[in-house]
Amino acid sequence: MIKFLPAFVVIPLLTAFILPLFSKKNKDAATVLANIVIVSLLVLSVLFVNKTGVYVMGQRSIPLGINLVLDGLSSLLLLAISFVSFAAMLFSIRYMEQYTAKTKYLSLFMLMVAGMNGVVLSGDIFNLFVFLEVASIASYSLVGFGCEHEELEASFKYMVLGSIASAFLLFGIALVYGNTGSLNMVYISEIIQQTGMKNGLAFAMALFIVGFGLKAALVPFHAWLPDAHPSAPAPISAMLSGVLIKALGVYALCRIIFNVFGLSIAISWTLVALGVLSMVIGVFLAVGQWDMKRLLAYHSISQMGYVVMGVGLGALIIAEDGSKIWASLAIMGGLFHLINHAVFKSLLFLMSGSVEMATGTRQLKKLGGLGDVMPITRAVSFVASASIAGVPPFNGFWSKLILVVSAVGAGFYWLAGVTVVVSLVTLISFLKIQRYAFLGELPEYLQQVKESKGSMLYAMIFLACLCVFMGLILLVPSLRENILQPAVNVLMSGQGYANTVKTMVQQ
Amino acid sequence: MPYAICFLLFMVGLYCAVVKKNMVKIVIGIMVMEYAVNLFLIMLGYRFGGVAPILSRSDVNNETGQIMQSFIDNSVDPLPQALVLTSIVISLGSLALLISICVRIYEKYGTFDITEIRRLKG
Repeated sequence: MIKFLPAFVVIPLLTAFILPLFSKKNKDAATVLANIVIVSLLVLSVLFVNKTGVYVMGQRSIPLGINLVLDGLSSLLLLAISFVSFAAMLFSIRYMEQYTAKTKYLSLFMLMVAGMNGVVLSGDIFNLFVFLEVASIASYSLVGFGCEHEELEASFKYMVLGSIASAFLLFGIALVYGNTGSLNMVYISEIIQQTGMKNGLAFAMALFIVGFGLKAALVPFHAWLPDAHPSAPAPISAMLSGVLIKALGVYALCRIIFNVFGLSIAISWTLVALGVLSMVIGVFLAVGQWDMKRLLAYHSISQMGYVVMGVGLGALIIAEDGSKIWASLAIMGGLFHLINHAVFKSLLFLMSGSVEMATGTRQLKKLGGLGDVMPITRAVSFVASASIAGVPPFNGFWSKLILVVSAVGAGFYWLAGVTVVVSLVTLISFLKIQRYAFLGELPEYLQQVKESKGSMLYAMIFLACLCVFMGLILLVPSLRENILQPAVNVLMSGQGYANTVKTMVQQ
Repeated sequence: MPYAICFLLFMVGLYCAVVKKNMVKIVIGIMVMEYAVNLFLIMLGYRFGGVAPILSRSDVNNETGQIMQSFIDNSVDPLPQALVLTSIVISLGSLALLISICVRIYEKYGTFDITEIRRLKG
């Protein structure tokens, strides 16, 4: 089974270079091919749930060769990437007809998927960087795909900050190599356990936090996100907000901090501070927005704050030798919110794409009364808004509940308070979307608006069903043990990661 | 000392990318940063008076078939060079994309000054 692991990278990469060969006349064939590939990746990622293993590239063993590592955390992220990319690809069958270069779009989409899968599977820090660049460069060009004034400007801004982040990361990797003499995460982790954190390594850690923080758009580093995510075509906004900032930013940050460098109280506080800042500042910037996609983009910052806060709280409890139960609960809340956010935020962006395609605008003040003419879009937007605001029984409620419970249990009452307040403000801003876009009078110029059809609807309904039923991942013990708990265990084991991977190699 | 100069080069690039108003100068700043990192990687593997890490017949002990200790002591580390090759290719790709976006922006806005390219705000 594990020998099929490279397929997650190889299949989309290969398809990415086959797709541009299709001519404009054959773009339907290209679309079908891309969809088949994405569906097969989805099936593959479901088959790999709760499997672990190491795939060694070439004939070299771990210190010399390059390896792909599949563990609980990786398979959780793979699931999220596959589900969101499936929905986004389904949505783009119809949505991308309004653009001219559809085969190029599909090709860049595949490159992005290949890059993200590579990032979550790589067991080698430099390989992680290479895949991260593959995914980032594809996303830079996808943000500017429309080639209009705003899109080019956003793409340039995103690309400048992204390139600076990459330079920081490469500098950090060079420092790590200079101090430990290895690029393999297992060996770096072992050497750090022996020698402790030297000054060079601490500096590398700071560079990693800035670099991955820029990729994840945590608050001091968030400037590019509110421009880049709204400017991309809707399915790409869904991919960027849904999985790209998680796979490239939060996943990589967690992997490096928990499993490679090891936890300390200072780093854990940094994570908590970044999380709380993102939560609060993101949500307050979001409330004032009148552009629908921009509002959603600011909410991405805020919701990523929840994830980082949860994970950071877990790290803090572990670093202070607190109760393991609350620590694992906090981490579980963070990771569960990560996959929940992947689903409901991509649904919201797809919904905004559906509205934009039907009406030609995304300014909330120009919309109104769409509930009558677009009933299904309205229904899915209600489900997604309720999820993101944490209304029971939708999925967002469960992850926020766990976060609040773990914060209270560990004695951080103010964190629980902030979580609840931010959740309330989120509710207000989504009531605003409901009120201005879907309720009220239908303006004169929107009388001709029709509900979107075909694949766009199927994609949105698929994600809306996930939103409703994802609470079961937490509530049904067998699902929890297979999907969430392995990922939590990976982070809880900390630097025990090195031994786990070594035993996996010997098998 | 060489490391300090390398870090200074990185900082010059960062300053240029953050402070300058001209898009092309920002791109140049980013590239200076990336070259500083590449230089740093190369210096990590370098040894004074080192030899290229290519094994010749004279470096192998004829009787035991083992590599001579003198070769191990003198050769430079080849891994950073492989890393730099990869990173140069990556930065070439991103440079091409950055410059082409600059050209498209110039076609649309007629200026390279980022203070005048401000349609997105909020």
